[in-house]
Amino acid sequence: MATALERSTTVTVTSGRPAWMEPPGPPEQVAKTLFLVAIAVVMLFPFVYVVAISFSSAKDVLAGGLILWPKNPSLDAYQAILRGGIVARALLVSTGLAVFGTAAKMVATVALAYGLSKRAVPGAKLVLFLVLGTLLFRPGLIPSYLLVKNLGLIDTYQSLILPGLISAFYLVILRNFFMNIPQELIEAARLDGGSDWQVLWHIVLPLSKAVLAVIALFYGVDIWNAFFNAVLYLNDASMWPVQLVLRQYVLQGSAMASAITLDPNQPPPPAQTLQMAIVVVATLPILVVYPFLQRYFTRGVLSGAIKA
Amino acid sequence: MATTTTPDGVQALQVSATATARSAPSLAQRMARERWMYLFIIPGAAYFVIFEYLPLLGNVIAFQDFSPFLGFRDSPFIGLENFRRLFSDADFKLALVNTLQIEVLQLIFAFPAPLVLALVLNSIVSAPVKRSMQSIAYLPHFLSWVIVIALWQQVFGGAGFVNQLLRSQGLDTINIMANPDLAKPLFVLQSIWKEIGWGTIIFLAALTRIEVELYEAAVVDGAGGWRRLWHVTLPGIRSVIVLLLILRLGHMLSVGFEQYFLQRGALGPQAAEVLDTFVYFRGIQGGDWGFAAAVGLVRGVVGTALIVTANSVAKRFGEEGIY
Repeated sequence: MATALERSTTVTVTSGRPAWMEPPGPPEQVAKTLFLVAIAVVMLFPFVYVVAISFSSAKDVLAGGLILWPKNPSLDAYQAILRGGIVARALLVSTGLAVFGTAAKMVATVALAYGLSKRAVPGAKLVLFLVLGTLLFRPGLIPSYLLVKNLGLIDTYQSLILPGLISAFYLVILRNFFMNIPQELIEAARLDGGSDWQVLWHIVLPLSKAVLAVIALFYGVDIWNAFFNAVLYLNDASMWPVQLVLRQYVLQGSAMASAITLDPNQPPPPAQTLQMAIVVVATLPILVVYPFLQRYFTRGVLSGAIKA
Repeated sequence: MATTTTPDGVQALQVSATATARSAPSLAQRMARERWMYLFIIPGAAYFVIFEYLPLLGNVIAFQDFSPFLGFRDSPFIGLENFRRLFSDADFKLALVNTLQIEVLQLIFAFPAPLVLALVLNSIVSAPVKRSMQSIAYLPHFLSWVIVIALWQQVFGGAGFVNQLLRSQGLDTINIMANPDLAKPLFVLQSIWKEIGWGTIIFLAALTRIEVELYEAAVVDGAGGWRRLWHVTLPGIRSVIVLLLILRLGHMLSVGFEQYFLQRGALGPQAAEVLDTFVYFRGIQGGDWGFAAAVGLVRGVVGTALIVTANSVAKRFGEEGIY
C-alpha cells in the first residue's frame, strides 16, 4: 500500500530565486498577484462576513445593508445560544463525543496496531489483510444501517462511535511507525523480562507521542465534523450533536425560539445573527487546532491517510 | 482469529512434523508463546469482522424482497428481480445520470484546479507568500459540509451577501442556492472551494521533488517558461497526477453524500439526487430495502472494478499505481 504519495508529501519551502529562473516580467507579476489575491479573498470572505454578522447588533442586522464589520459590536447572539437550550446542549454533546470517542478510537487503534506490529505472531498477517481489504471494498449504506439497528444501537451514542471505530488508514500508519522503532530497544526490554504490555507502555508509546497526538487530533476533528451518522442513527433530537443542530436551524431555517433560552427582559436577537453565531461556535474548535493539523499534514506524517 | 491457519502456520506444522520440536516450534507452541499478543489483536480484529465484513454478508438482501419484520432469514428470495428493476426505475436513472454528470464536471474542472494553483505557487519565489496561501486554501478541507454550505448560503443564499448587494443597487435578486438550473456548477464550485488546498499541497510536494538539473538543462537548451512547463514540470509530476486520477475514478459512482443530501431540499431531487442519496431515501426512508441494497451493491462492485482496472492500466503504461 506504500505509494508515491507517501514519499511525495514532504514540502520543503525554500526562498530565493534559483539561478536558472529568469525574473518574471511586469505583466506576469501583476497577473499572478491578482490571481492569488482573488483566491485569498474568495477563500476568506465567507468567514469574515459570518463573523461580522454574528457580532453585529440586532438593529444593524435588521436594517439590512452590507455588514463587513460589526459597527456596534454585540455579544447578544452568543449569550443567547450559550445560555442554554438545544445549541448549548449540542455543543456539550459534541465535545463529549469528541473526547470519549477519540479516547475509545485511540485505545482500539493502538492495541491493534501494536498487536500487528510484532513479527512472528501467527495469524497477524491475515488480520492485516482483513484491515487492508476494507480499503478496497466497503459494505454499503443499507447493510451497515441494518447492522447497527439489529445490534440495538439506534438512539445511542455508541452508534456514532462503534461503526468506524478503527480507521484502516491510521491503523496502517501507526503499525508502520511501531515497526520502525529500533528492535534492539524492544529486544533489550524483553531480555530484562518485560512483558508485551510493558514493552508497549514503557517503550513503544513514549517513542510514538507525536504520531499518537496527530492521529488523536484527526480522529477528534472527524468526530466533531461527523453529521450523517447522527442523521441515520439518532431519532431523538435531544441527543443531537452540533452539526445536526446547525443543519436544523441554519440550513433548514427552523424557528430559533425553541433552540435558545431567552432573556425575558430583552427582545431576542434576530435569527440571522443567531445562525451565524452557531456557525462560528461550531467552526471555532477546528480553527483552534488548524495550525497543528496543517503542519502535520504537510510534514507528511499522515500522508498515507490521504487516500480516504 | 487465533485459530486461523495462515500459510506460514501450515508450513510450520509440516516442518514440525518432520523436525524435532526444539528446532522448529509448532504452530500451537508459537501461538501459546504469543498468547498475550492476541489480547491486543482480537478486539480490533473482531471490530473489523463485525462492522466491516458482517455487513458485506448483509448485502444478501439485494436478492430478497426484504422486510425488517421478517429479517434476513425469513424474507423471500426473489433472485435478480431487484437488479432487473435497475433498468426500469426512473428515479434510479435520474440519480445515475446526475451522478455521472457531476463526476464528469468534477473531472474537468475540480480535478485540475489545485494543479493550476500549485503551478502558480510553485513559480513564486517568496516562501511566506507560498506558505500563507497554502494555509488559506487548505482551511475549508477540515470543515464539515454542514458548515461549508452554511457559509455559502450566507454569501449566495436568498438573504445572503450577494443579494444584499444586488438589492442595495436596486437590482433583481437571485437565490443561487435554490436554483436547480445552477445546481451542477454550484456543486462543482463548492467542491473546488472546499478541497482545492488539499490537492494543491499534494501537487506542490510533488513539484518540489523535480530535479533542478532538469530545469537548468532546459534553460541551457533555450526552453522558455511554457516549454519548461510542458517538457519538465508536467512530466515530473505525472505519477502523482495518475495516482489521484485512479482514486478519483474509483469514486466515479460516489460523488459524496453530505453535500447533496444537505442541498437536496433546497434544489430538489431532480437536480440534486445522486446515487448515495437515492440509496438513503429509497431504502432507509422509503423502506424499499432490497432494491436500495442492490443499487448500493452495484455501485460498490463497479467502484472496486474501476479502481482495479484503472490501476492495471496505469501499471501497463509504466506508472506505479496505488497498490
